[in-house]
Amino acid sequence: MDKMPHWADIVLIPIISLILAAFFSALVILAIGESPVAAFTLMVEGALMRSAGWGYTLYYATNFMFTGLAVSVAFHARMFNIGGEGQAMIGGLGVALVCLYIPWPHWSLAILGASAGAAIFGAAWALIPAYLQAKRGSHIVITTIMFNFIAAALLNYVLVNLLRPVGAMDPASAKFPSGTHLPTFRDMFSTADNILFRGSPANVTFFLAIAACVLVWFLIWRTRLGYELRAFGHSESGAKYAGISPVRITVIAMLISGALAGMMAVNTTMGESERLILNATEGAGFIGIAVALMGRSHPFGVFLAAILFGFLYQGGAELALWTSIPRELIVVIQALVILFTGALDNMVRMPLEKMFLALRRRKA
Amino acid sequence: MTAPAIELKGISKAFGPVQANKDISISVQPGTIHGIIGENGAGKSTLMSILYGFYKADAGEIYIKGEKTQIPDSLHAIKAGIGMVFQHFKLVENFTVLENIILGAEEGAMLNSSLGKARKQLKHLAEEYGLNVDPDALIENLSVGHQQRVEILKALYRQADILILDEPTGVLTPAEADQLFRILDRLRDEGKTIILITHKLREIMDITNTVSVMRRGEMTATVKTAETSPEELAELMVGRKVLLRVDKKPAEPTSTVLDVQSLRVIDDKGVERVKGIDLTVRAGEIVGIAGVAGNGQSELLEVLGGFADGTGTITVNGKQIPLTGHGADGQARRAAGIAHVPEDRQREGLIMEYSAWENTVFGYHHAPEYQSGMLMDNSGIQTEAQAKMDRFDVRPPDPRLAAKNFSGGNQQKIVLAREIERNPDLLLIGQPTRGVDIGAIEFIHQQIVNLRDQGKAILLVSVELDEIMSLSDRIAVMFDGHIMGERDPAQTDEKELGLMMAGITDTKGTEAQTNG
Amino acid sequence: MMDLVTILLPILDSTMRLATPLLFACLAGLFSERAGVFDIGLEGKMLAAAFFSAAIAYTSGNVWLGMLAGIAASIALSLIHGLASITFRGNQLISGVAINFLAAGMTVLVAQDWFKQGGRTPSLQGDARFGPIEFPGAAALADVPVVGPIYSELISGHSFLVYIALLAVPATWWILYRTRYGLRLRAVGENPAAVDTAGVSVIGLRYSAVLICGLLCGLAGAYLATGLQAGFVKDMSAGRGFIALAALIFAKWRPWHALGACLLFGFLQALSLRPDAVKILTRVDIPVQLLDALPYILTVVILAGFVGKAIGPRAGGEAYVKER
Repeated sequence: MDKMPHWADIVLIPIISLILAAFFSALVILAIGESPVAAFTLMVEGALMRSAGWGYTLYYATNFMFTGLAVSVAFHARMFNIGGEGQAMIGGLGVALVCLYIPWPHWSLAILGASAGAAIFGAAWALIPAYLQAKRGSHIVITTIMFNFIAAALLNYVLVNLLRPVGAMDPASAKFPSGTHLPTFRDMFSTADNILFRGSPANVTFFLAIAACVLVWFLIWRTRLGYELRAFGHSESGAKYAGISPVRITVIAMLISGALAGMMAVNTTMGESERLILNATEGAGFIGIAVALMGRSHPFGVFLAAILFGFLYQGGAELALWTSIPRELIVVIQALVILFTGALDNMVRMPLEKMFLALRRRKA
Repeated sequence: MTAPAIELKGISKAFGPVQANKDISISVQPGTIHGIIGENGAGKSTLMSILYGFYKADAGEIYIKGEKTQIPDSLHAIKAGIGMVFQHFKLVENFTVLENIILGAEEGAMLNSSLGKARKQLKHLAEEYGLNVDPDALIENLSVGHQQRVEILKALYRQADILILDEPTGVLTPAEADQLFRILDRLRDEGKTIILITHKLREIMDITNTVSVMRRGEMTATVKTAETSPEELAELMVGRKVLLRVDKKPAEPTSTVLDVQSLRVIDDKGVERVKGIDLTVRAGEIVGIAGVAGNGQSELLEVLGGFADGTGTITVNGKQIPLTGHGADGQARRAAGIAHVPEDRQREGLIMEYSAWENTVFGYHHAPEYQSGMLMDNSGIQTEAQAKMDRFDVRPPDPRLAAKNFSGGNQQKIVLAREIERNPDLLLIGQPTRGVDIGAIEFIHQQIVNLRDQGKAILLVSVELDEIMSLSDRIAVMFDGHIMGERDPAQTDEKELGLMMAGITDTKGTEAQTNG
Repeated sequence: MMDLVTILLPILDSTMRLATPLLFACLAGLFSERAGVFDIGLEGKMLAAAFFSAAIAYTSGNVWLGMLAGIAASIALSLIHGLASITFRGNQLISGVAINFLAAGMTVLVAQDWFKQGGRTPSLQGDARFGPIEFPGAAALADVPVVGPIYSELISGHSFLVYIALLAVPATWWILYRTRYGLRLRAVGENPAAVDTAGVSVIGLRYSAVLICGLLCGLAGAYLATGLQAGFVKDMSAGRGFIALAALIFAKWRPWHALGACLLFGFLQALSLRPDAVKILTRVDIPVQLLDALPYILTVVILAGFVGKAIGPRAGGEAYVKER
């Protein structure tokens, strides 16, 4: 029998880990002389009590859904893709090229083109690490880290030397033409006498991210490919017995992962800045790791965890605005979540498993 | 009589519900070689791991030279004068021989003096026991036989007087094994006590003074080697359990389905595991491969099942199948009409985290009937899985339960249901009842016989001699990568097969021809 | 000839400075990974050490106290890594990622709380910084052609920690290959079962390696904030921990090669700060970004095994579980 019930594994452990992370975060806030309760109230008010706050929360959540899904897909095939950041950067390049050089008549077509561009570029950036892992055994964690830095340098070069409009000073591309401007939540949900989501960047890409969650769910749990991918992740020897090629699965899983990470750029580059800028990803590629761990690599879990982190991000910005707590508090919380749900998983799990075993014994 | 070099009293050890050692007592006199013989899984290695401080016994006492001794870890075992040569060597591959020998037994914080001293000591040991190894060679460049010498030297360097060797000849060529035995002889003459764990009768007869037989976690007998015979030991080892009779008519074999010609398999480490075998299986018969584990049967199955490479010729229904490359994977084998119940259902046959219904299509998940448009027809698969589980009496009959939550027997029924119901021409089946409860064994055997009666070809590999005897229509015995011979089950007995499995052919009374 | 010297010398001089934190971190990673514990948290440990050494150096006015504080901070993070990856047998890579973020966030948080300057420390002056050490005769020899400037600028005049980093290379080599501890350390990264069956504690050895790693990352961070620069600014490690990791792979986990790799990568960093000099030397317009990316590209090439395969310690990344 299982050491503990399934629900404990997917619900109880993440919640305990989250409580631990929250507890330590509260200690940190206390240590710098602020009140955790006041801070939390401020975060909730800033992120959830006004539509503009939601507009930011959901904008961030959109990014994290894509990168969280990217990490999750690779996790299912037992690979750790730390390269989401680089793949998202290069995905942004794909978005920019599609938006700048193709005359789009309407945003609805443009978003499809830009998604394709982002996905192809992101996947391409994951291809070399994937191939090296599958064929030459080069550790994918190290190669994807290296590719993050190479991506940053490449993007810098392209922006400074190639895409920067003549006479412009900052390393950024030209503004995208208006045919590519995506409707924001304000455009979509405001009425004449009630303006909602004022000034917030959430846009139609949010629905693309939800669609991606649904599609990834279908991919992982409903298709042959997902079946093979999970089988390979659980047992390589089993996969070989069933005639599933490890090389093929490794490469395909990483291509999908890279494509998802790349698609984050549709939200940031096309939806928000409407031009390609240097630091569009803002570490969202790494937050995907926390989101995937927290969401237990399940698309619905990723969806929830992405919204949670979106809330933390927007709430953190509010804190930085109104208190002396800097935005970096969020980075600390993110670190604690990764620590407790990922690296210290056994620390949470082992006592719980013992407890459930004891409970069962008493019942028997 | 002096105090025994080592004495165990009432050692017991359980892993969860599995009783690996049950109330085991042995006493070994100094200056002797004591053999422990038994089938795989009989509990020999667990016992030795307890002696070396890897596991803690649930009950029982250990006496070294008459003194009660606690062995909580390896350090205490070493201090008590116990040296252990594991089946899988514990050497650092890119270290030199000398570095491996001093590791953990260095003199002082600087290496130079330790290395110098060890070099001298090594020369001395080499002369005394005939253990020649180049002290500056890297382990990875040494032959397996020499690596084993390094392990022995490690123990001697730590002044061990009790040496335990776990299946020491499993990885050696016959020539290397002979050399090892000469060394062990010398060590005994010098007064060392040796415990030799093996499943090979010949080794026991050749070198030991006394021998204990283990079976299913229990010590069933301890005898003087001079007063026993290979026949008696074979019987003690294999045991005389109640033969599970299977109702079956005489086979009516027809055309040849599987034809294997001069198959050779070399494993990842470059060791030749299958050394040119010929074998046929006809429709409507069960061919059983008997043999002690590790004599090439597993590799034979792996090549046939498409997850190891080999050389030679294999035809199925007259069509040659590729043995390497893309066309030789599991998918291609299934397309050729070969179904496979692998030896290790937990690592291969099932994905333990997958639900039962997901496992009922594992390997066949590409089949058109399991698809529904772009997606897999999960509800259809679940319905079919439920029916399969009912037909094969899988308990609990819940397709949504993960495979790891079923008992061994029920896991095996899931695999069997999947493979048999695909209606294959050839069924490969390895260790069909390993770790399976008695009730399920009968059921599984009956299913195999039924398949035969439908005119299918079945290749059965098992280390359980009973099983081979009761199921097979023809028995081939494998030893050291060769087929020692074929027997008609009606005209042979366990004794004869047991000797063949040990590499001894009874007809000539000589050792099997093996190449090294 | 003199031209070349006047162009190259400042670049080589800054190579020395830029290579120093890389070298400390690279050797730190070497100890940890040689013992079988992957560490992608070098960056975070370096950053934490940089902040605490700057902060304590500023408040106490004593750079030595600052250095100790930096080392303590780095070791604290090492212990978290040890707890996660050795005691609780967690994923070493995920633990490393967590440590990097923990350091990135905590340093700014604490800096803001203590100094209220937007996540930085005030500038360090005087005894709160490591000053240059002038070698005897440096001033006198400065005018001798070629040799003079090399001695007085390149060899003399660096801060204490630069020389310590250079000395750490032979010291590491000596510990690794000439001491009992080094033998055991290398063994536990290759085959922990060999160490365990020889009666030596795998857990103890691995913790000791992780602590040494913390110590050296502490020195890397201390140099960053109190030697190379005068104070802490947010994210000042700027990927150096990962370059050090790259250098470690490039060096195939060997101390002397680590020195070579760190000097090479330091040189590339120095070059990217002087695009004008690059143009004069090569007469080609090499993009600065290519110089930035070169350490990473070289590492991928090495990892791919096209130019001499980089095979790390065989038991790297895996927690040890006793089995027969």
